[in-house]
Order: sequence, then C-alpha cells, then structure tokens
Amino acid sequence: MTNKRNGSNITLPIYLDNQATTPVDPRVLEAMMPFFKEKFGNPHSRSHSYGWEVEEAVEEARGEIATIIGANPKEVIYTSGATESNNLAIKGVANFYKDRKNHIVTVLTEHKCVLDSCRHLQQDGFDVTYLPVAPNGLIDLEQLRDAITDKTSLVSVMGVNNEIGVIQPLAEIGKICREKGVFFHTDCAQAVGKIPLDVNEMNIDLMSISGHKIYGPMGIGALYVRRRPRVRLQALINGGGQERGMRSGTLPAPLCVGMGEACRVAREDMPAESERIRMLAQKLHKGVNDRIPDVILNGDPEKRYAGNLNLSFSYVEGESLLMAIKDLAVSSGSACTSASLEPSYVLRALGVDEELAHTSIRFGIGRFNTEAEIDYAIDTLADHVGRLREMSPLWEMVQEGVDLKSIEWTEH
Amino acid sequence: MLYCDHNASAPTRPEVVEAMTRCLADGGNPSSVHGIGRRARAAVEQARSQVAALAGARPEEVVFTSGGTEANAMALAGFGDAPIFVSAIEHDSVLAAAPDAVRLPVSRDGVVDLDALDVALGDIGGRPIVSVMYANNETGVVQPIAEIARGAHAAGAIVHCDAVQAAGRLAIDFAGLGLDLMTLSAHKIGGPQGVGALIVRQGLSLKPLLRGGGQERGLRAGTENVAGIVGFGVATALARGEISETARIGARRDALEAALRRIAPDAVVYGAAAPRLANTTCIGMPGVSGETQVMAFDLDGIAVSAGAACSSGKVTASHVLRAMGFGDEAAGEAIRISLGLSTDDADIEAIGETWRKLYERTRARVGQTSRATMPAARTAA
Amino acid sequence: MAYNDKVIDHYENPRNVGSLDKGDESVGTGLVGAPACGDVMKLQIKVGDGGVIEDAKFKTFGCGSAIASSSLATEWIKGKSIDEAEEIKNTQIAEHLSLPPVKIHCSVLAEDAIKAAIADYRGKHDDEQDQGAVAAE
Repeated sequence: MTNKRNGSNITLPIYLDNQATTPVDPRVLEAMMPFFKEKFGNPHSRSHSYGWEVEEAVEEARGEIATIIGANPKEVIYTSGATESNNLAIKGVANFYKDRKNHIVTVLTEHKCVLDSCRHLQQDGFDVTYLPVAPNGLIDLEQLRDAITDKTSLVSVMGVNNEIGVIQPLAEIGKICREKGVFFHTDCAQAVGKIPLDVNEMNIDLMSISGHKIYGPMGIGALYVRRRPRVRLQALINGGGQERGMRSGTLPAPLCVGMGEACRVAREDMPAESERIRMLAQKLHKGVNDRIPDVILNGDPEKRYAGNLNLSFSYVEGESLLMAIKDLAVSSGSACTSASLEPSYVLRALGVDEELAHTSIRFGIGRFNTEAEIDYAIDTLADHVGRLREMSPLWEMVQEGVDLKSIEWTEH
Repeated sequence: MLYCDHNASAPTRPEVVEAMTRCLADGGNPSSVHGIGRRARAAVEQARSQVAALAGARPEEVVFTSGGTEANAMALAGFGDAPIFVSAIEHDSVLAAAPDAVRLPVSRDGVVDLDALDVALGDIGGRPIVSVMYANNETGVVQPIAEIARGAHAAGAIVHCDAVQAAGRLAIDFAGLGLDLMTLSAHKIGGPQGVGALIVRQGLSLKPLLRGGGQERGLRAGTENVAGIVGFGVATALARGEISETARIGARRDALEAALRRIAPDAVVYGAAAPRLANTTCIGMPGVSGETQVMAFDLDGIAVSAGAACSSGKVTASHVLRAMGFGDEAAGEAIRISLGLSTDDADIEAIGETWRKLYERTRARVGQTSRATMPAARTAA
Repeated sequence: MAYNDKVIDHYENPRNVGSLDKGDESVGTGLVGAPACGDVMKLQIKVGDGGVIEDAKFKTFGCGSAIASSSLATEWIKGKSIDEAEEIKNTQIAEHLSLPPVKIHCSVLAEDAIKAAIADYRGKHDDEQDQGAVAAE
C-alpha cells in the first residue's frame, strides 16, 4: 500500500515500534543466509570441517558483540535473548553467591523479566530493594548508595528504559558499585547500538544484550560476564558445557552471525544514525506539540534516547487512539504487556496520573524511518486526536472549565 | 561434502530458509497489538499447530523454547525438589539438568531396564519425575516409552521424554503415550538452530525457567523467535510427510552396516539387536580411535562424528556406550554415522571406501605392532 | 487485539456523538466510569411526550469497544420508552458486538450509562412532581 501524501511514496503501516522489535537489517540478513544454506552445521562438531567453518564465524560474531561494548570476546556468552540474559545474570549471580550475600538492588522501572526474576528470588528467601525513580524516570544515586549493604551481591539497573527511553547514569552507578564491591548488571537491550557503551569505563560487570532490538534476528542475545574481577554465576541451562559452562545448548550459528553483523553495522552507523534519529524525533515531537494541545512527554527531556518518544495525549484513551491511527504501528507501553488493560507500571512509578497513563503512546523511531513518514505520522495524529477529543467527555468538561479532579467518579 | 551427521544437526531445508527469510523481512513482535504484530502472532500460532501435529499434541500444549537443551532444563527444573530418575544414556542436557538424579541402567543393547525402573520407583512416594529419551542420539536405540510411561504413572510419577532424535523419524503420539512432558528440537529435523519446544500436557503446572513478559502462557518469557518458530513449523510439516520413507533409509543403513562389516568383520555395531532409528549407526573399528576415523572421513569429504557433538569439541569416551557395559577403549573407537533422506547408494559406497582404506592401512600397522607389543586378545569389545 | 467488524463500524462511524443541553428539563444525563480506569461514558437522552426517547447522544473516553458499546446503546434506545430502554442488558450489547471477555466491562458501562441517564431524567421529574422546583446542576 502506498500513499501519495506529502508528495512521496510511503508504505503503510509505518513502523514506529522499534522498541518492541526492529526490522532485520538487509546487511544482517545477507550475512546470515549462507549459514542457513551451504554453511549449515553444528558449530560444536569440531571433528569435521563443516563445524570448523561455522565455529569461526560464530567466534568472529562474538568479537563484534564484544567490540561494541568495549569487552573481550571471551567475556561474551550467547543466550536466546535479553530475557534469558537478564534471568541468567540476576538469578545466576544471586544463587552463586547466596551463601555469603542475599540482597539485590534494582529499580521499579526495570523490564518485566528483571522484576520477575527478582520477585522469584524473593520467594526463595532473597531480599530485594526496588529503588524508586524521580518523576523524570531517573534513579537517585544517593539512594542507590544507601541501599547497598554488605549483604548485597548485585545491583541491576537498565541502560535505556524500554517504555520511556530515559538513560540511567551507568558510569556513576558503576563507580558506586565498584567502590562498594558489588557486581553491577545492566539490561542494555534498548541501549546497545544506540548510545555509546564501554563496560570498562562504566565499571559494568554484567550486561544483557538483545539481537532483535538492534536490527538483528530474534531468538539470540548475549550476556557480557566480566572476567577480571571475575564474576561467577550458576547456569540456568546445563548440558553440553558450551559457553564456558554458563549456557549449554547448540549455538544457532545463523543467529549468532546475524547478531554479530548487527553489532558491526550499529557500531559503524551509530554516529550518523544517532543524529538522524534525533532529528526525526525532534521533528515528531515539535510537529505534535505545534498541532495538538495538552500533549505531555513522559520521562526526562534531556537524558533520553531520542528514538523513544512516550507521549500522553490527554483526554484520549490510548487504545482507542491506537485503533484510530492504524496506519502507524506504535504501542501503548511495552509490547509484552500491551494486550493487558493495566496502565504501564513504568509510568505509574514516575508518578504519572493514572488517567494520563491511559493516554500514553510510545513512538519508537528507528533506522528505517524517513522524514516523510514522520510528516505523515504528525498529520495522522492531529486528525485523530482531534476527532477523538471531540468524542471525549473529559475534553468537553475541561473545555467547559470543569476540574476533573473535583468529580466523584464511579470507579469500577 | 557428504554430510552424514544428521543427528548432530540436519541441513536446514530450503522451504524453511524461504519461510524464515520472508518472516525476517516482515518483522514484528507477536505481542504487539498493531497489525504487524498480529501478523507475527498468526505466524507463530500456525507453527504451533504444525509442531503439535508432529508431536501428537494439542497446539496449546506447545511451549516454544530456544532449543532442546532449554526444554530439557525447563522440564527437569519445573517441579522443585521432586526426586528425578533418568536413564543412564540420556543426553548431556538432561544429565546436567539433574545432576543428583538416580540413573537407570540399560541393557547391553542400550535399552532402558524396565525392571530397574519399577524397583527404583517402588516405594518412592510423592511425585517423582522420570525422564527417558525416545531414541538415543548416539546409537539410535528406541526406548519402550509407552511401557515406561505406564510404569512411571502407576507409581505416580511425571514422565518427561526427550524426543529430539525421534521426532520426524518416528510417528510420535504424545497424547497416546500418556506423556506429561516432551522435548523437541527444530534443527534435528531440518529446521533452524535456536528453536525447540517443550510439550506440556494440559493441566500440568510447572515452574518457568525464564521469567518476564508472560509469553508462552507465562511458561517461557522472552520475545518469541518468530522466524525460527515459523521455520520449525515448516520443518515439522515436511518431516511429518517423510516418516513413511523411513524404510528406505533403514534399508540404506542396513546395507551400509553390512558393507562395513564385510570390510571389517571385527567391527562392532552398537545396539544392533534393539529397535533403532533407521538413519543411525554407531559402529566401532577395533584398534582405531573414533577421532582418527572421523578425521579420515573428513579428509575424504565425509562428515561423521565420534560420539555426541556437544562438549565443546573434547572427545571423551561416550557415557552411552559405557552405560551399555562397554569399556573406555571400545567406547573410544566408536563413530556415529547418521544418514539423511538424501543419502544415496553412491554415498553408501563412498563411506565404505573410506572405511576400507582406513581399515587396510591400520590393519597393516596393527599387524606389525601386534607381533611386538599387543596383547593376544582384547576383552569385551 | 483484533476487533470485530461491528465494533470497527461503530468506532469508525459512531452514531449520535455529541451533547444535549443537560440543563434542559427533558434531558437526562448519565456519566459513568472513571478516567483512572480508562473509561468514562457520558450518555444523554431527550425524552418526549409519553416517555419516549426522542434523541440520544454520547461521548466516551475509552477503548474502541467502549466507544462502540455506547454508540450502539444510543442507537438502540432512540425511539424506545424509557421503561423499555431500562430493560436493555449489557449481555445483549456484548453479544451484538461479539465482545471478548476482557471487553465485557465496556458493555456493562454502557448499560450503567443508560440507567444513569434515565435515573437523572426521572430525578428531574420526581422533583417537579414533588416540589415543582428544579435543582440546577
């Protein structure tokens, strides 16, 4: 489907959900193809040349993953994705050191798989501190410092938030963790390839990485595990002893190769791409603000990854807006929870009013979005937000000067 | 290159590559509510039905994982501290997932000892887990799963079956066998690496291994590997259609074994007297290490393997053959040749030819050394 | 989430969007739901002689199913007597729109909105009968 609006061809729907998943970059797909076809083989079958060739490619890809975060390839282990990496890092470290330490520090706005792993540890008798965030979505470093005790084994704080895009001060957090002698894990599924990262400069001990959030394939991820000082963890998946015993299972060679290529492309393109995405995001934000009143940006306006714009369109319910702007593939909150009716726990942690939380839409701008698409998105939003507000009793009341807070609502 | 290591990983089918390529280009997160997400969801659900059909299970019983290893880990970690019983010939991923498990012995032909299972479960009480593979990856020996399931259930156990090697090679009926849990892997049937499934009987509750976004009915968090799952689905649909061709492969394998034994009358075929997967032969050339044999084959452009292709390349004597009562020396001389549908008569001849050259070369050498140093006879090969 | 065609139809072409003068004697207004829950419906009826609903209008803050439920409700009650309108059940709305279980509450809210509008109308007229005075909101 194409549309001639704005004088250019646009394929609809426009994909603006690059935090849920990114399209596979054609360069990545090209790198993967030989490993689906002529270069198939089990990379662990070292006794025949099929296996050797595949193993070499898998190791080269590991090197690319290491390079983009300033690590040594030996410190990178492959997993099935960031969810597994987060589960492995948190449960693995907690369980390995549980005889001496039984406390974890994390943040209320972490990804669900981090929070669920922590909750599971609590059931097993661990203590977990969930740090609050300020209204801008960032943690307070003094609160972090105070939360760490001599029983703390791990601090887990994400790099870029998946719902609102704010960037936590990783270097400062790393410094505090190193001073206090606790391990620092960071979920960088949304950060790798988008912001500069260096595990040594930032004193990061463990880092979760996703393939499909960086224009690589789904079903592959990585966990960086520092060797000096050595971080040890209890494996979740045992067996053949692959990945230094931390993660068994046949390595999916095409996926490993794809992830390596995705890291290579991201590293090379990052300077130019960051600038372009920032420009597109600013254009979208400005365009929306110019045309639609009462739109609120969630999360810190400065300390954020530009490609994630979480906006609350007051007085218009998010799901009905999603339905209206069906030419734009966007989401209300994170993909894993978007089918539920609950407003986002991330926005709630920021102290966003529930009614505003119900009106938020996440725009994820990525590598393949164009300026024409952003123009089209602005037009679409202006049209439909206007139409839905005309249909909204809340908008009507506000126009009449009614303070919505003064009304006794029938909560149901 | 002649590829005869299908039990390690089968070549990805062209139809699978095509479907996956399309899927990778389409993109989309199946949990997203927009159209692109819904299309990805529909693709995942179609694959779920295809996988269920191969397994003889219901679609809602299929939980996608990152592979057989994860599925095995999930099955065995899913029930807290319940006592676990495994056969001694299980895949490393099962043995490592339950290091404290009771290991059930097998016969010299590699078949699990049903009496030993009965005795072990005799007065255990509670709700133990019994995990026995459908068919062994090294020898291809098929286990009496129906009887095992019956006996284990009589003792109140939960029954898990690692069917990674059997799926697509034998008709599998998860429901009919009365299994509770079953592991499948995509790349053994020409699907992609990095995908598998745990079939979880409806009504059975187990603890998830990976927690988070609530995907796969809360049993396995993490964004679904859409392209991989779709590839898995396509592979199962194709594999299902090929089960009828098993006899053809079996005839080739039998011809191969006959040829190899003609060349080396002292060669041992492991599990020969038991029902086996039609594509697998585990054969040992006495006096020649498995590694040497594998390298000789590789030099001739034939890919076979010595034991399982797991433990990061280290060649150790197979725990499977040792469990069958063979010594380290004999176990160290075994190789596995696992055929595919494309293996033809010329290939069988080529394998025989390499084997013959190696045998004649080493016999000449063994002949020389045996006069000087070798003991008269080797025990228990 | 895939929507039923009828939901999409009502959502894209909502019937009877708008407002009636809530100060009007012949108008009953129902406002149900809460912004914090993600749904608010305002449904108004204009009742003519003989207690027949001559006109109905709605405004809804909520998902597509909530909008469709209220749109359908206004369509159904127009031309009915208020007694008849009061008989409309959420299950009928849910069934007509084929609402999935997670959206049943939208139909409940629509039924509540009809009842609240009727109650408001009756309230105005009870006052009239009792005291001949109208309490302006």
